[in-house]
Amino acid sequence: MALAWQEATIAAAAPETPRVRRLSLAVGWERPFRAGQHVDVRLTAPDGYQAQRSYSIASPPTRPGLIDLMVERLDDGEVSGFFADVAAVGDAIELRGPIGTFAWEPGQGGPLLLVGGGSGVVPLLSMLRHRAEAAPEVPALLLYSARTPEAVIARDELVRRGATEPAFRLMLCLTRVAGGRRIDTARIAEVLAHLGRPAHTFVCGSNPFVGAAADLLVDAGVPPRTIRTERFGG
Amino acid sequence: MVTRGFTGRRPTRPDAERLPPGQYLTEDFPVLQLGPTPRIDLARWRFTIRQGAKPLASWSWEEFQALPRTRWTGDIHCVTKWSKFDTAWEGVGIDDLLAAAGIAAPTAYLLAEGYDDYTTNVPVADLTGGKAMVATAYAGAPIPPDHGGPARLLVPHLYFWKSAKWVKGLRFTQADEAGFWEQRGYHMSGDPWREQRFTDD
Repeated sequence: MALAWQEATIAAAAPETPRVRRLSLAVGWERPFRAGQHVDVRLTAPDGYQAQRSYSIASPPTRPGLIDLMVERLDDGEVSGFFADVAAVGDAIELRGPIGTFAWEPGQGGPLLLVGGGSGVVPLLSMLRHRAEAAPEVPALLLYSARTPEAVIARDELVRRGATEPAFRLMLCLTRVAGGRRIDTARIAEVLAHLGRPAHTFVCGSNPFVGAAADLLVDAGVPPRTIRTERFGG
Repeated sequence: MVTRGFTGRRPTRPDAERLPPGQYLTEDFPVLQLGPTPRIDLARWRFTIRQGAKPLASWSWEEFQALPRTRWTGDIHCVTKWSKFDTAWEGVGIDDLLAAAGIAAPTAYLLAEGYDDYTTNVPVADLTGGKAMVATAYAGAPIPPDHGGPARLLVPHLYFWKSAKWVKGLRFTQADEAGFWEQRGYHMSGDPWREQRFTDD
């Protein structure tokens, strides 16, 4: 089946962190997406020049007509700069999707280990939100590495979920604060001691982050075939 | 559809002519893979050509190093939209591989198979005639594991998912059988100049 380009309208836009803008897009999906999937976005200049990029969906699939994207402004970002500075509510954007095999469905169960670096948390947010609605009994743990508290995407929501959802645990790793730490062998051991052996692990972030985190997980005995990776900037 | 307020940042004219539709130029070498990087022991590495289940030829790492070498420098294009120019690879051309095996291609199609059980389908016509190799070196050094080392398929005129990482063999098939991504909505052919990203593009 072809993946057709469709027009989506920006229904809402708000700052999520100092570098990340949340955009809600009204879409006409012909089929539901799975939590963790992404869309391709295409922008067209008046002379016909086009630029395409991929963005993960942050919202759960239970709200199919409206998807949230989190666009991080990259230095000199051709497309992210447009979304940060120019895009406004009411604008139409071309997109197509959903795309990708980096996805979790409630029927797959758990324990579910989610490891995110920076804006790599976005597809994991969709999974967590879907899990809370559809399978709150599935044990889940989010290990989320961010530079500073201000850079944590959906911070209030994640902290609230950590406090109120009995089967969900949030572990934040802040790397650029006093006493900050990166994800290391000890932290992975702590994660596995709490969660037990994960049935499904999803790792998303920059290329070096995902490479390092996946290697640590394999070293700790997590079966490689149960680990899915998604790398941004690639 | 023109996007309100989007002007874009155009590549220079020479760069633009080398970029297939929808692609942008990167200086990095991004990584795209499904899971962790597999750990491959060269002492146990083998490359095997099969027809269905039947092995036709097989090489150890040492034997593979003794095959004739091919070099290629040029541009590569990933379906996730990045393109990288002037990448330099070295390995064993598919023509030389078939010659070393003493066979002609028994069918018109095959699946490249990886140590991570990844598969991707490529017609033989896209591999022979100097179009593809099993690469073992990138930029003059062994291919890093993240980029598919010790050996990856290199089919640079197709989107790079066809250039299977950690390749362990080629399996000839009677028909054009969909590989891993092709079963999941990606195009059977994957020509970047025709922007064949997804099924029916």
